[in-house]
Amino acid sequence: MQSIARNSWISLASIGTVSVSLIIVGVFTLVFLNANQFTQGLESGLEIRAILKNEQSRTDLNRINYSIESISGVSFVEFISKNQALEEMKESLENRKEILEGLQSENPLPDAFKVKAETPEQIVPIAKEIEAIEGVEQVIYGQSFVEKLVAATRWIRYAGAGLLGILCLAAVFLISTTIKMSVFARRKEIEIMVLLGATKWFVRFPYLLEGMILGFLGSLLSGLVVGAGYLSLVNHLDQALPFVSLITDKLVVLKVLGGIVGVGLLIGAIGSTMSIRKFLKT
Amino acid sequence: MINFYNVTKLYPNGVKALNDVSLSICKGEFVFLVGPSGAGKSTLIKIIFREELPTRGQVLFGGKNVARLRPREVPYLRRKIGMVFQDFRLLSQKTVAENVAFAMEVISASGKDIKKRVPEVLEQVGLKDKLNVLPKELSGGEQQRVCIARALVNSPAVLIADEPTGNLDPDTAWGLMELLEEINKAGTTVIMSTHAREIVDVMKKRVVAISQGKISRDEECGVYCDEL
Ligand SMILES: Nc1ncnc2c1ncn2[C@@H]1O[C@H](COP(=O)(O)OP(=O)(O)OP(=O)(O)O)[C@@H](O)[C@H]1O
Ligand SMILES: [Mg+2]
Repeated sequence: MQSIARNSWISLASIGTVSVSLIIVGVFTLVFLNANQFTQGLESGLEIRAILKNEQSRTDLNRINYSIESISGVSFVEFISKNQALEEMKESLENRKEILEGLQSENPLPDAFKVKAETPEQIVPIAKEIEAIEGVEQVIYGQSFVEKLVAATRWIRYAGAGLLGILCLAAVFLISTTIKMSVFARRKEIEIMVLLGATKWFVRFPYLLEGMILGFLGSLLSGLVVGAGYLSLVNHLDQALPFVSLITDKLVVLKVLGGIVGVGLLIGAIGSTMSIRKFLKT
Repeated sequence: MINFYNVTKLYPNGVKALNDVSLSICKGEFVFLVGPSGAGKSTLIKIIFREELPTRGQVLFGGKNVARLRPREVPYLRRKIGMVFQDFRLLSQKTVAENVAFAMEVISASGKDIKKRVPEVLEQVGLKDKLNVLPKELSGGEQQRVCIARALVNSPAVLIADEPTGNLDPDTAWGLMELLEEINKAGTTVIMSTHAREIVDVMKKRVVAISQGKISRDEECGVYCDEL
C-alpha cells in the first residue's frame, strides 16, 4: 500500500490501463451479448420455404414432410397449403385488399413447407438437402443475407477474442512493470528476508496484494463507467428508438460487471506473480 | 549435526574456494574457523546456509542433504541457523529495533512476542539505548552487535558468526565472547570464523584451520596457529 502511494504515477497509469482495457472488454461483451440476442431473434425468424410441385397426393406430402423432418438441424416443419398462403397474404395486405380481388376464384399460390433451422449456419446445407427431395420444386431462403450474417458473427467473435486477449496482456504487462519497480526498490529487503528464513509466500504476499489492488481499482473504475454508461444508453434508446430492444436484465448486466472485476483481480495477480518470480530464485 | 563429505566449491570465475573438505560438527559444540584471508571460511559458512551450493561432495544439516532441499524447505533450514553476516546486511531505512524485529516478522512471530523479545536481546548485546537509531548513525562495532542480536532473536539451534569481532574494540569483543559462551552453554551450537588470535588462544575451544581451501588442522582445545 505504501508502495502504491510511493509510485503513485506509475500506479495511476497501470490502474488507468486496466480500466481502459476493461472498459473496452466490458463494452465489447455487452455489444456482443446484444448482438447475440439480436441475431438469435433474426435466426428464429429465418426460415426456408420448400415450394412444392403442383397437385401432390396426401402420401407424397407425408413422405416429403418426413424427409424434411429427418434432416439433422431442422427444428421445425409446417405444411402451408395454398389456401393458408393466400390467407396469410391477405392479412399482410389488409389495407390493399383490392389487389387480391382477382385471385378469389383461382389461387395461383403453391403448396409449401415452412422449415426452420436450429442455427443459421445450418440453413444452407439444409436447403441443399431439401432441394434434392422428390416433389420439391424450389427452395427459397435469404441466401446471401444468411451467409453474411453467419460470416459476420464469426468474424466478430474472433476479432473480439483477439482484441480482448491483447488488451488483457497489455494490462498484465503494465501491472507487472509497476510491481517490478516496487520490488526493485526493495530488492535488498527481499534478499535479506529470504536469508532470514522467510517463505516465498511471505515475500510474495504484499506484492500479490498490491497487484490485485491495482487490478481491483482499475476494474472497479471500468465497471462503474461501463455500468453507468450502459444503463443511460438503455434509458435513452428506450425513449428514442423503442423498437430496438437491448438486454435490460439486471442479472446479466451484473454478471458482466462481476466478470470485469474478476478479470481485473486475475490480471493483477498474474502481473505481480510474473514480476517477482526472478527475485525469488534460490 | 553438520557434516561435510569431500566438499569442493568452484566459483563460476574459476576460483576453487574449498577443495575436498570433510568436517563434522556436533550439536552443542563451539568451533572456531581460522585461516588467512581468502582461505574459504566464508564460503564454508555460506554452503551450510545454502547461500551457495557445493560443486562436488555432500553437506548434511541435521541429516538432511542441504543441496537437495526443495525450494520450499530452504526457509526452514535457515530458521534453524542464526547468521551474523560478515557484511552485516542491515536495512538502512529501518531502526535498530526494527531490523531485529524484522527477523521475527519474516517468520510470522506474533506482535506480542516481538515487543517482548527485541528489547531483551538488544540489552544482551549492550544496545538497549540505541533502539530507535538508524544503522548509519552507529559505529561499525555497534552495527555488528545489531547483527548478532538479529541472529539471536529467534533462539536458533546453531549460531554462525562470520568474523563477529572484526570491528570491535578488545573490551567489547570480550563482552561478545562471554555472550557467545553463555549461549553455547545454553545448548546452542556456535560456529565462528575469526582472525582474533588472542581470543582463540584464551577460549580453548575446537579450532578448525583452513588454508587455500583445505582443512590444515582440526584440534580440540586448539590455538590460533602453532607455527608462531
Ligand atoms: N561470490 C564469489 N565469486 C567468486 N569468487 C568468490 C566469491 N566469494 C568468494 N570468492 C573467492 O573465494 C575465495 C575464498 O573466499 P572466502 O570469502 O570464503 O574467504 P574467507 O576465508 O572468508 O576470507 P576473509 O577472512 O577475508 O573473510 C577467495 O579467493 C575469494 O576471492
Ligand atoms: Mg570471510
